[in-house]
Order: sequence, then C-alpha cells, then structure tokens
Amino acid sequence: MQPIEQLGKEMMRLDLPDFAAGDTVTVNVKIKEGEKERIQAFKGVVISKRKGLANATFTVRKVSYGIGVERIFPLHSPIIDKIEIVSRGRVRQSKIYYLRKLRGKAARIKERRFT
Amino acid sequence: MCKGLLGKKLGMAGVFLPDGKYIPVTVIHASSCVITQIKTIVVDGYNALQLGFGEKKRSRINKPMQGHLKKSGEGCFEFLREFSVDDPSEYTLGHTVGLDLFEIGELVDVSGITKGRGFSGVIKRHGFHGGGKTHGSHSHRVPGSIGCSAWPAKVIKGKKMPGHYGNERNTVKNLEIIDIRPEENLILIKGAVPGSKSGLIEIRKKKLPK
Repeated sequence: MQPIEQLGKEMMRLDLPDFAAGDTVTVNVKIKEGEKERIQAFKGVVISKRKGLANATFTVRKVSYGIGVERIFPLHSPIIDKIEIVSRGRVRQSKIYYLRKLRGKAARIKERRFT
Repeated sequence: MCKGLLGKKLGMAGVFLPDGKYIPVTVIHASSCVITQIKTIVVDGYNALQLGFGEKKRSRINKPMQGHLKKSGEGCFEFLREFSVDDPSEYTLGHTVGLDLFEIGELVDVSGITKGRGFSGVIKRHGFHGGGKTHGSHSHRVPGSIGCSAWPAKVIKGKKMPGHYGNERNTVKNLEIIDIRPEENLILIKGAVPGSKSGLIEIRKKKLPK
C-alpha cells in the first residue's frame, strides 16, 4: 500500500494556505485559451472541504447577479495558481450547506476574531 | 525485443496532468524479470522468453522445477510466464528484462485474473435489469423466461444464466502508460486492470494489426 500513499503525497501541493469552511477566498484559476494562458479569479465562501491526499476538494459558493454559483476545485490541482484568503468566518459546521437556503442579510457569516 | 513483462498490482491512485486533469491510474510493481528459458523456433517451434517473477521459498518448489530454474541461476520464482520475442539470440539465460522495455505514452495490453465473485445471479453476471422491486412484483432478481415451449423443447445453448463469475483471465487493451519509475520499479497505467491487489499482471506491448 505504501507506494500508493507516497504517490498521493507527491501530487499534493504544499504552497497553499490553510483555510476552512466559512472563510471567504479568492481562487485564481489558470485558464488556457488556445495558446494564451490567463488567470481567472473566483471569489466566494468556502462551504465544504473534502479530505484526502491528492484527491481532496473544496467547494466555493458565490452569488453572482442574484444566482448562486458553486464551484468544486481539486485542492491540489495544478490549474490553481493561487488561493487568497479574504476573510476568516466563524461557523460551527464543517460543511455549511445551510447557506444555500439563505438569501441576503441572513447569508452573512460572522468574522472570526483572533484573540 | 521482448514483448512483455510481469508485475504485481498494488492498487489504484490518481495523478494530475499539467493541464489540470485528474487521471485514475493503476500502480503496478514490475521489478526486473529473470529469463528462465529461451525458446527458439528451431528447438521449440516458436520464439519466446520464459520470465520468472516473484519470490518463493526453495522448499516450496518441487525437484523438477528446481532443476529447471537452476539453469538460469539461483532464483526461485513464484510465477513463470512466456512472452513472445522477435529475436531470441539477443538474450541470455539468467539476465533480466526490465521496465526499460516500455516508454511513457505507449499503449499496452494488460492481462490478469479477475476477482472471483463465486456463484452469481444474472444481474451481476450478465447485467440483466431484473424485475420490479415493488407494486406487487415477486420477480426481483430472477432471470425470467429462459425459452419457448413445445418447440424447440429445450433451452438454447449459451443462454445467459446464473453461475460462477470471475476468477478467469481477462485482457484490457490499449491502456496508456502514464509514468514509469525505474528506481521504485513502478509503472502507472491509465485506468483499471483486471484482478485484485497483489495479483499477477501481464503487461504486453500493443498488438499491431498484421
């Protein structure tokens, strides 16, 4: 079993910041258009993080023109250029799917204070 | 050139390609196989290499086999398999055939013994749809009718029925080699290959149409 674990660990990226559900992040994704490569930002709230070695994923939710948009990123994917943490949120659950049912003011998340 | 190699399936994993695609791969441990016999067209009627793979206690090998293995050195092998070869004179007994046989991106055919499923029904074995689960249905997983009546008055040969499933040789063709790691004796092949973990795997070069 060892070589498989090692393979998963090799694929992992160690340059990404530590973040959790409730945090607002900007994910900079590399997008290839023909020959050119450009970077697209996706800003939103992390609503879940799935554990794993190389196959870990996280879901970012944002509301774009009144429509909720969710995107699942493989955490260790090479297409992710950078993850920036905009703010840390205080939530009790590790998967904050209840956010999908909330709109407007109710969908706010309290900022986490570090004392 | 030898047409194939033996290996042991370690399991499956995933690999990221530079463009961000996450590909399922099977990890196969394929250390160097020792040539235990060289078959030539003059002596045996066909050209082939017999390769030994896996370790086995000497006390577990019977005397005739020990005598056969002695010709190629001190190795005691769990498995012996033959692979066809174009020119057998390139090889010498006791030498090894390694992973340098293959290149990254090459297509290979992979054979193994599938997982045994025992006596299985038609749904698992042949992919039948089965009957309704509810609404008064009593035929949940049964095969249904297996034929006609007074004519032909028998069940047609080859009718798909329940029975033993799995534990037979199977070949998956045209699998791509994603990576080869000679220092760890690992080869990564895209997709699934037959057999359970730690099962014997034959990796053969893709058969070209004549």
